[in-house]
Amino acid sequence: MSQTFSIGIGGAAGQGVATPGDIFAKIFSRRGLHLNAYNAYQSIIRGGHTFLTIRAGVDPVTNMGDTLELLIPLNQDTMDRHLRLLGPGGACIYNADSIKPGEHAEGVQLCPLPVSKLADITKNKVAQNTLAMGAALSMMGIGFNSLEHVITEQFGKKAASVAEENIAVARAGYDYATQNFKPFANPVPMTDKKYAVLSGNTALAMGGAASGVKFYCAYPMSPSTGVLHWFASNGRKAGIMVRQVEDEIGVVNMVIGAAQAGVRAMCATSGGGFALMSEALGLSAMAEIPIVVIDCQRAGPSTGVPTKTEQGDLWQMLGAAFGDYPRVIAAPLDIGDCFTLMHEIWNVVDKFQVPGLVLADLLLSEGRLSVDPKLLDFAPPIDRGEMITSPNGHADGEYKRYLITESGVSPRAIPGIPGYTHVVSSDEHDENGVLISDMYTNATKRRAMMEKRMRKEQGIAAAVPPPHLQGPKDADVTLIGWGSTQGVIEEARAQLAGQGITANQLQIRWLVPLHGEAILDQLRNSKRTIIVENNYSGQFARYLRGETSFVADGHIRKYDGEPFMPHHIVEAVREQLAGDTTVSVPAHEIMV
Amino acid sequence: MATIVETPRPITMADLKGRVDPDWCPGCGDFGVLAAVQKAIVELQIPNHQIVTVSGIGCSSNFPGFIETYGMHTLHGRSLPVATGMKMANPDLTVLVTGGDGDGFGIGGNHFTHTIRKNVDLTYIVMDNQIYGLTTGQTSPTSRLGMKTKSSPYGNIEAPINPITMALAAGATFVARGFSGEQKHLTDLIKQAIQHKGFSFLDVFSPCVTYNKDNTFQWFRPRVKKLEENPDYDSTNWLHAVEKSTLWGEEIPIGKFFERTDLPALHEAEPVTQGRTMLSYPAHIDPAAAQAFIDELV
Repeated sequence: MSQTFSIGIGGAAGQGVATPGDIFAKIFSRRGLHLNAYNAYQSIIRGGHTFLTIRAGVDPVTNMGDTLELLIPLNQDTMDRHLRLLGPGGACIYNADSIKPGEHAEGVQLCPLPVSKLADITKNKVAQNTLAMGAALSMMGIGFNSLEHVITEQFGKKAASVAEENIAVARAGYDYATQNFKPFANPVPMTDKKYAVLSGNTALAMGGAASGVKFYCAYPMSPSTGVLHWFASNGRKAGIMVRQVEDEIGVVNMVIGAAQAGVRAMCATSGGGFALMSEALGLSAMAEIPIVVIDCQRAGPSTGVPTKTEQGDLWQMLGAAFGDYPRVIAAPLDIGDCFTLMHEIWNVVDKFQVPGLVLADLLLSEGRLSVDPKLLDFAPPIDRGEMITSPNGHADGEYKRYLITESGVSPRAIPGIPGYTHVVSSDEHDENGVLISDMYTNATKRRAMMEKRMRKEQGIAAAVPPPHLQGPKDADVTLIGWGSTQGVIEEARAQLAGQGITANQLQIRWLVPLHGEAILDQLRNSKRTIIVENNYSGQFARYLRGETSFVADGHIRKYDGEPFMPHHIVEAVREQLAGDTTVSVPAHEIMV
Repeated sequence: MATIVETPRPITMADLKGRVDPDWCPGCGDFGVLAAVQKAIVELQIPNHQIVTVSGIGCSSNFPGFIETYGMHTLHGRSLPVATGMKMANPDLTVLVTGGDGDGFGIGGNHFTHTIRKNVDLTYIVMDNQIYGLTTGQTSPTSRLGMKTKSSPYGNIEAPINPITMALAAGATFVARGFSGEQKHLTDLIKQAIQHKGFSFLDVFSPCVTYNKDNTFQWFRPRVKKLEENPDYDSTNWLHAVEKSTLWGEEIPIGKFFERTDLPALHEAEPVTQGRTMLSYPAHIDPAAAQAFIDELV
């Protein structure tokens, strides 16, 4: 990856961190830059510390990176917590009236703004934010007009006078910086590309809409609520019904009802809500009604840390609902993949009439990424599988909903069609849907139905591609990750290469089916394998071992609620190659 | 070429006979409810492929297997949200929800309140036997105080709920109570409930002949009194309905307590579909809308 530029903006919740964040994101994306934004915050609406990192560059920016070039602390607390993140060449723009700098590295430029002299702070409560934005733009070598445009868009909706006033304040900051501060050594570049900037939640929702989802319902739960918000505000335009339901048990059962009526129906939640949905996944599998459930993981267990990320729900997914049944579990690799994965999993789920689970996490859900708009394909292939939607072709009374077939898939008639009446059943049943679990217990039929359902696993495995090793074949070390760690591992590999250590990567996107044989084949020539995951116990490492007997040489685990930064992985690989340890737990330095 | 116009054959009781016979105990109150539902459908002449019978789990929840309509046998306590999803996605279907008092007021209690509040156009028939039958006799949310069961050998010390008062308090737009031993009256209530646009709740005394020795057919028969026989009773008066619903003992009212028809059902109020079935929607969303979603992000 070529050079990137990172800005950190921090303050108390409610102090207006989001607005400068949005404005910088817009300016960068309109300059044709890739960007990645991550907001570290606390579960409190007013007060509490929040710290937004925006990183931009000419090449794809896959993660928050290791360093900051620019820090904008909106309060003393942010200054105290984060000033030491700046290295030589970095700068800190702050309100000289209220914030005092602390100890800092050599070569860091302190840029105090005399806020009360530059703006009327009695009139404009966010003057320090706007001044800082203006100053920052000047130091980055970006013309003032781009800021002017974005401010007009942002504030013009309220009133033209509000926009004008903010433009004047920003201008004052811009001019003051031009006269008093040293510009950054490398001006922020520009390309002729155009990117869409979106959160993982927006991508998941839009991906669902593109897949033909017609019914979405949810119970609000961080960090999945953004999916509900997208559907609620866009459902009418997209022709999608959106309901808020009394609890997650109601949510998933309502989804099953709508799915049985014949439409694609889905929901999203986080770990706790998913726990409540667990039983109904068994119903989806037993009654063979395809649904998709998204779990945006947060740090657990229990209420856990609602605003922090983790990859800790894998075993919950693997063990959700009692009994054996076929399921599909996939973890998107980045925010763009949150969109793309939706139609892929939907086609598998519909074809095999099974529950599909999407394992996202807070890092993806609430992070933002620039994506090539061409990747946001709203007309992907939609395969509903074997569905009977009109009364043609079958004689009255001959239809068997759970017809035993070689593939395990039985053609699915939806209610309302003459000649196809049947019962879909939660109890074990025969081919007709007649219950056999109580009164009509029959070991032969039970076995036949179990085998019919489980046979779908073979078809699902064939429909889902195995993972492939990325990077040099004969690398010194193989890093194995799953889901959202794709980008950070990739960047760590590039850094390792710069230090003379070659690394390749096996990133798992489809967790079930796992393709164990193919994975073993891919890892056959690996010199040293290290599994990287955002949890305490190595959930994926244990799953991989259980499925394949493969035991990795080392582990890098993080369970402090924050995502990996590339240098965490680099340092951990180095210490493991030196033989110091086989389990590294990197410490997170951005304390929120 | 002459077009043959097929006159739909009338729906008969034989059309609605399930593929297997009910597995209920001989004499169970649920037989009477099944018969009344089938009669109501015949009298209303609703084609059976347009009906979905949705149940939870329990003795009475095996109901969908004993009637020839589309059916969904779901999880314990979850029939109402499943039925809601079904009705919202395709409002052209007539959706009947059947189950017991444990399923509806115990494990499914939360959904009961909220489905009422949403005024989903469902007909919810609870076969209330005041006991858990399929688990062989434990107290239910409607078991009387002092009732001795396998889980309350010293007598039930938790007060029963009153489903009628609860439904009224939650804002149900149709509330009625029937008795399995009053077939004609029950059939008529079911017909009215199906015809009601919005959530209709029908609590039916359906005695358990095996585990409830207190609330038997013999116990109910002299006590039940039809509201319809009282010419002064006004089922549009909510306060009267609440007052009547609290009667219990020597006189227990059955019949239609309350109905209002001025509120839209959920599928009618729904801002996106406004009562249309979602089955007719094209799979891909409108390309212009899709482009607008992308443009917003660029």
